[in-house]
Amino acid sequence: MREPSAVAESSPVAVTQVQEQTRPWSETLRPYLYVAPALLFFALFFFYPIVYMIYLSFQDWTLLNLEEMEWVGLDNFSTLFSDPDFHLVLKNTLIYTFLTVFLGIAIAFFLALWLNRKAKIYGLVQGAIFSPHIISLVSVSMLWMWLMDPQYGLLNAMLESVGLPPSTWLADPGTALYSLVLVSVWKVVGYNTLIFIAGLQSIPQDIYESAALDRSPAWRTLYKITIPMLSPTIFFLLVINTISSFQVFDTIYIMTQGGPVNSTNMLVYYIYEQGMDFYNGGIASAASVVLLGLAGVLTLFHFLFLAKRVHYR
Amino acid sequence: MYRVWYYPRKAVEWVLLIGVALVFVFPFLWMLLTAFKTLPEIYQFPPTLLPEQWEFGNFAKAWETGPFLTYVLNSFLVAVGILLLQFFTAVPAAYAFARYKFRGRNWLFGLTLIALMIPPQIVFLPVYVEMSHFQLVDTLWALILPYGASAFGIFLLRQSFMQVPDEVIEAARLDDASEWKIMWRIMVPMAKPVLVTFGLFSFIYHWNDYFWPLIMTNSDSVRTLPIGIWMLKASEGGKHWNMIMAGNVMLVFPILIVFFIAQRHIIRAFIYQSK
Repeated sequence: MREPSAVAESSPVAVTQVQEQTRPWSETLRPYLYVAPALLFFALFFFYPIVYMIYLSFQDWTLLNLEEMEWVGLDNFSTLFSDPDFHLVLKNTLIYTFLTVFLGIAIAFFLALWLNRKAKIYGLVQGAIFSPHIISLVSVSMLWMWLMDPQYGLLNAMLESVGLPPSTWLADPGTALYSLVLVSVWKVVGYNTLIFIAGLQSIPQDIYESAALDRSPAWRTLYKITIPMLSPTIFFLLVINTISSFQVFDTIYIMTQGGPVNSTNMLVYYIYEQGMDFYNGGIASAASVVLLGLAGVLTLFHFLFLAKRVHYR
Repeated sequence: MYRVWYYPRKAVEWVLLIGVALVFVFPFLWMLLTAFKTLPEIYQFPPTLLPEQWEFGNFAKAWETGPFLTYVLNSFLVAVGILLLQFFTAVPAAYAFARYKFRGRNWLFGLTLIALMIPPQIVFLPVYVEMSHFQLVDTLWALILPYGASAFGIFLLRQSFMQVPDEVIEAARLDDASEWKIMWRIMVPMAKPVLVTFGLFSFIYHWNDYFWPLIMTNSDSVRTLPIGIWMLKASEGGKHWNMIMAGNVMLVFPILIVFFIAQRHIIRAFIYQSK
């Protein structure tokens, strides 16, 4: 991992830099013109919408008639937080996020320790476990719906062939959320594994050599060297996986539509439903602001952590 | 003793390796196999592994349920359009961030990093409202413009531009090359591997994207392939799994084939964010 701020500090001083006094104004303007197109896009489709969204969360409005908006202060937030459905949505999102992130990282960690070898077979297996990551979630969702079909699906056939009882998978409120966790872990494990392998390969080998000289047992080397040296990687994966799990939408929309009985309704799906199906623009924007806050706090943690690491070096 | 056990242990490890690989690859094979089965066969329990009777008509049937040629073209237009816009916005921005010192540079770069970390899906609602003000909802522009600049692309290219030795630029400047020319004729060719990496990432991401087209489109003429595939399931009552899987093969296997050809590049593209 290389942190951007460290790069900025150590970068060679730009050769294009001309003395401030002698520089013609066109040259002073040049870098601003170069960054302008990109920043214009960010401003129009990212930063302005963020501000606008916060504004919209204080309004009573609907997508059906954008001309009519009414300032309602914090009403949307109080409605939102007193809505029992929203409590369930938050709870589902947290359970889903915790399980997906924890399992996705733990399984990937052990796979990475195992698969981090040179021989060709290991490379092939790495490619195989990574392949779900580049596939559209539409196909992933439909494929797993078919595999999880309670009557004719392959998964239940396999369970029965080894004498286990079949599962209800997506059809039952008790198992639907965990089925979605299974799908997202399956999709993300390959990515996490390869990130871990990249992290493992950046650990200097001489540390392991001296540990071997000290006859350090394998578990101790793992606990005292590998895990601490991988902590930036683990932290990166925690942040990235958490932000993307918060945003789960495609699998819900295709596989469960939030059901059965709201058991798989989560934040982005809730926002979508409120905004696009029920036309509660205000509630949807208030929920978006909550989501933005969660993502913002995580991002802040990430940057603070990176900034701290620069000082340690 | 150790020698004696080497081969059996190796064999057990190979079995485990193949088992793990199958967990991730077999579902795709199952998709392909289902696509070649007849309707009665997919509703047999327990299921058959290989089709008893290979049915090739599912693909044609799936293709005929909707304007799939339009969907494929739209998917290409959107993914390529986004890629081109991102290329032309990222190169100058990355060049300025990498090679110039100017007031507000760190601040502006910080904004780029925020855009890198926070995914744009979070602001879909206000962007939708914005698009409807511009009267762009249900056009391809609504799919392309919000992704016109890529923070990830700027970040990658900036790092690559910073590694170009100063002498190269000095030499070009002595030859009276303009800044504009240095950027496009010298820096961009030197960053080719990074551009390939980024191009693959961006194309695959937007080829696969489902959320944004779902929000922004509601007529067939502007829908993309992932939406078309999803509608295949919605419109057919969702029970013709052989046909649905045939449709999904059209979406998945082009990407899987590209993946097996350019595996190294694609893996690098996707895991680069951590570096």
